[in-house]
Parts: sequence; C-alpha cells; structure tokens
Amino acid sequence: MLSTIPWLSLIGGITLGISATLLLMMNGKTAGISGILNGILTPKKGDYSWRILFVVGMVTGGVLSIGVIGIAPPDLQGISLPLLVIAGTLVGIGTRLANGCTSGHGICGLGRLSTRSIVATCVFMFVAGVTVFVRLHWL
Amino acid sequence: MNKLVFRLVALLSGLLFGIGMAISGMIEPQKVIGFLDITGEWDPSLAFVMGGALLVFMPSYFLLIKPRQLSVSKEALPCATNLKVDARLISGSMIFGLGWGLAGICPGPVVTSLALGNAGIVLFFIAMLTGSIMTKVIIERLDSGPDLIETLS
Repeated sequence: MLSTIPWLSLIGGITLGISATLLLMMNGKTAGISGILNGILTPKKGDYSWRILFVVGMVTGGVLSIGVIGIAPPDLQGISLPLLVIAGTLVGIGTRLANGCTSGHGICGLGRLSTRSIVATCVFMFVAGVTVFVRLHWL
Repeated sequence: MNKLVFRLVALLSGLLFGIGMAISGMIEPQKVIGFLDITGEWDPSLAFVMGGALLVFMPSYFLLIKPRQLSVSKEALPCATNLKVDARLISGSMIFGLGWGLAGICPGPVVTSLALGNAGIVLFFIAMLTGSIMTKVIIERLDSGPDLIETLS
C-alpha cells in the first residue's frame, strides 16, 4: 500500500505548501502564479520587485531541480505548436478573468476555504476533465 | 520588516515553489493529463500534490496566519475586494479549465520550466501573457462603461 503512494508528488506538494505559507505569513502575498505574473504585466507602484524575485526564484528552482536533483525536464512532444498557442492563450485569458489558477485558487484559496476559490477549482477541474475526456476518448 | 528581508522571502519562496513544482512531477504535462483522464489510466499524483500543499498551508493559515490579521511585514492579509461568485469567475475558470485540459500546462509549471531550453514552454508562456493582456484591456474598457459591442468593434 505504501508503495502506491506517489511520494515525490506528496513531498513536492508539501514544499509548495511551505512556499505559500512563507509568502503569506511573512509578506502577506498570495502564491498564485497567474496573479503574480499579472502584477508584473500590469504593475502597480510598490508591488512589483517582489514578484520579479519570486519568478526568478521559481525559474532557478526549476533549473536546480533538473540540473542538480535530476528531475526530468518536461516533454512536450505530443503537443503541436498550434495547440500550445491556443492552450496558452486560453490559460492566459481564463486566469485573468477568474483572477487565479491552480496555485492561487487551488492551493491558497482552498486553503483559506474561500467560496470563490472552491467554486473556481471545481469548475476548472471539471472542465479540464471533460476536455481531456473529449480529446482522448471521444474525438 | 525591512525591504531586504521582504525581497529575500520572495526569492526564497519562489525557489521553494519552483523546486516543489519540479519534484511534484507537475511540470510534466503527461502527469497532469493522467490525473485529468479519470476514465483512462488514472494517475492520482496531482491529488497528492494539492493534498500535500493543503496539509501544510491550511492549518498554517488558520492557526498561525489568520489570527494575526497581519503578515510579519505588517501588510494586511490579502482580502479579495470581490467576494462574489460572479460570471467572470465562472467563465474564467471554464476557459482556464479548457486551456489546461488541452495541453496539461498551467502557470506554475510553465514558469518553473522557463529556463530549461524548451521552445514549446516559452511559446506557451508568451501566448499566456498575450491572452492575459488582451483580456485585461477588454475588461478595462468594459468596466469603464462603453457598450460591449462598441468595445469589440
């Protein structure tokens, strides 16, 4: 039974939780990646440099994980370029409208039992599931 | 709290986020799709990622953060100015869900993977920023009053 638990995923998730806790407890900021990026795209005075640093940290974390820890880099071979552009655009539109994504709503919002985030998470999880079903099992 | 500490916390938090994201396996679109593919060969890993995150974040929030009402840096805790479940939230979540389901990629993994030399990731990232900016422009015009049809024409 213990061997069926995806330990790396659990440990990764715990690390994400520590990150989000640290950011909120110390800086009073939400670790929602779409929100952090949007605050760079449409910057407000005094609410900018921490976002850049957070993103730099994330990118560095990614590089260290692949280069030092030995995590496999993402493999996008099955995904065509047009699909990447369409999917990316939709993610950009949707997260701007919904004011959050899997980290913002799914972790930080759910973690605070925010009604908006609970609804958002249920909706995007459901739609994502239907999308995958249609793409893999129907079309 | 001085500015340096504030910035170091942001950097450290980002570092942890990137490492956590990579370790969790969620930078691999196939693992995400595997979770969303409930009628196929189901991969529950994403549930453990979110579960692990909430396991730390939720008690920390309610026991350590919320009672203080202020962060250590003396900022008021972020409180949504809009508490309503409105059309934007729902439509946005649907659109995000569609985009996420199509490629299995969302903002966290994409930023984490940005410097790994993968052109597809960079392309997705640029498309995502473009979609976000476009939407912001349209929202701003809608919110400032003019007709929807006027705005789109």
